[in-house]
Amino acid sequence: MSKAAFDTRLANAPLDVAQVRQDFPILAREVYGKPLVFLDSAASAQKPRAVIEAETRVYEEEYANVHRGVYYLSQAATEKFEATRARVRGFINAASDDEIVFTRGGTEAVNLVASCYARHLLEPGDEILISELEHHSNIVPWQLAAKEKGLVIRPIPILDDGQIDMDAYRAALGPNTKIIAITQMSNALGVIPPVHEMIRLAHAHGARVLVDGCQAITHSAVDVQALDCDFYVFSGHKIYGPTGVGALYAKAELLDAMPPYQGGGEMIARVTLRESTFKSGAAKFEAGTPAIAQVIALKAALDYVDSLGMDRIADHEHLLLGYATERLSRIDGLTIYGTAPAKASIVSFTLAGIHPHDVGTIVDREGVAVRVGHHCAQPVMQRFDVPATVRASFGLYNTTEDVDRLVDALEKVKEMFG
Amino acid sequence: MDELRELYQEVILDHGRNPRNFRCPDDCNRRAEGDNPFCGDQLTVYLKLDADGVVEDVAFEGRGCAISMASASMMTELVKGKTAQEAETLFNKFHHLVTDPNVDLLDAADDEDLEKLVVLSGVRQFPMRVKCATLAWHTMTAAIEGKAAVTTE
Repeated sequence: MSKAAFDTRLANAPLDVAQVRQDFPILAREVYGKPLVFLDSAASAQKPRAVIEAETRVYEEEYANVHRGVYYLSQAATEKFEATRARVRGFINAASDDEIVFTRGGTEAVNLVASCYARHLLEPGDEILISELEHHSNIVPWQLAAKEKGLVIRPIPILDDGQIDMDAYRAALGPNTKIIAITQMSNALGVIPPVHEMIRLAHAHGARVLVDGCQAITHSAVDVQALDCDFYVFSGHKIYGPTGVGALYAKAELLDAMPPYQGGGEMIARVTLRESTFKSGAAKFEAGTPAIAQVIALKAALDYVDSLGMDRIADHEHLLLGYATERLSRIDGLTIYGTAPAKASIVSFTLAGIHPHDVGTIVDREGVAVRVGHHCAQPVMQRFDVPATVRASFGLYNTTEDVDRLVDALEKVKEMFG
Repeated sequence: MDELRELYQEVILDHGRNPRNFRCPDDCNRRAEGDNPFCGDQLTVYLKLDADGVVEDVAFEGRGCAISMASASMMTELVKGKTAQEAETLFNKFHHLVTDPNVDLLDAADDEDLEKLVVLSGVRQFPMRVKCATLAWHTMTAAIEGKAAVTTE
């Protein structure tokens, strides 16, 4: 399809990207004298004004510690803080606010489950299946728990197109399988595994499933009850919200079964010097003063993407992914990794004979920000026998011009390396 | 574009494409692995030190970006025939060259060996790439000191 045809389709898509771009102050800046092309939203997304202002407003107008004071400001901050919990519940369609635990991010959420569930409730010899697509944050916490408890880690391999090898997955499930750690969308390749089916199969074997939603949640609507996942984790900063905040969803009975993660203020019911009792539900896992302003501003981020509409965002990004894939495929010597049909918003590639780091340095000088490296997913790199790839990832504010600028910059790379 | 051209000079691209001494010598007596986890650069440096501590042979294998490959290739050409101590001294000078913006390139050009490495001084404008330029040298130092592996994180 021609650029004009793509632009027509994009223009007809209901997402008004020109307007959206106005909402992101940073997109107006230049880098090395050139307009910024930001193609690294998969690492961390830029922030709309609504989020920046929400965080500022907390400090200017309604800041105090939460869940403690009887005075006005503390109550106001607590209400706003808890309003985000309700918002997250609605956003992922959990059954109860009490199933939403605030964490520092997706990484801490996985660590919480590895620590409180795997370390405490599993037995030596129990198996954890981890897909080859996982981000290090959905691998290493399980390895740490496994080493301590004598658990067994088994890989779920992927096929040449980057999709889960479902035959191998079915074969790996067995009576000792206790946890499946699976991403809802690969951060390195953009591939979307059949998570729903994987959960169904896991449950048939009595295993629990943790879904890493850090990437997927920014690209399509999430319904944890329809998925029937046992745990779901995501980060605020990837969905246009602040850093330092993320959430763990866990089914209520699992939160009840797990011991506290960290001890401290806020998570207790009663403390004596000899022993303590704990709160129930999410509060048991939220020791200490949380990231108050960031949690409150996370609601602004969820409100923002909801106001645009997740379906419209998904349509826009899907068109853009198609355009980028087509234009990049036409570059001589360019290989795309992750060619499975089920994909979103990420193109991971290499240029023959040119290391991704050299590519990244050169396109950066053209104002184009891409991620180069292993994307915290070294098993994916090992699977495809590459030390690194170049990754262009698209957010709701990217355009076909951004893709064109990337393609032009790649031509410069090839020119320089002759 | 000028800073990029300075970084990716033809000499560097040539060494990157056709690295010298890219092999595994049969008779090496020191070796170390170098790993730059940030980039995914990995290389092995092989040394043959004689009884007097002179580098009789030096070679490397591995994969990485143009900067790391070129720097490794040039290093092997420069340290052969030097004592281990002279090789380490050259690394110290080279490290200054690529990290200290106050090093005068003309002064550097007075030193016969360092002069050849001035082509790599462009990395000073790209702080994230200094590790690429120094990886082989760190690895060589590790090999001399009898360490099996070095990582630049």
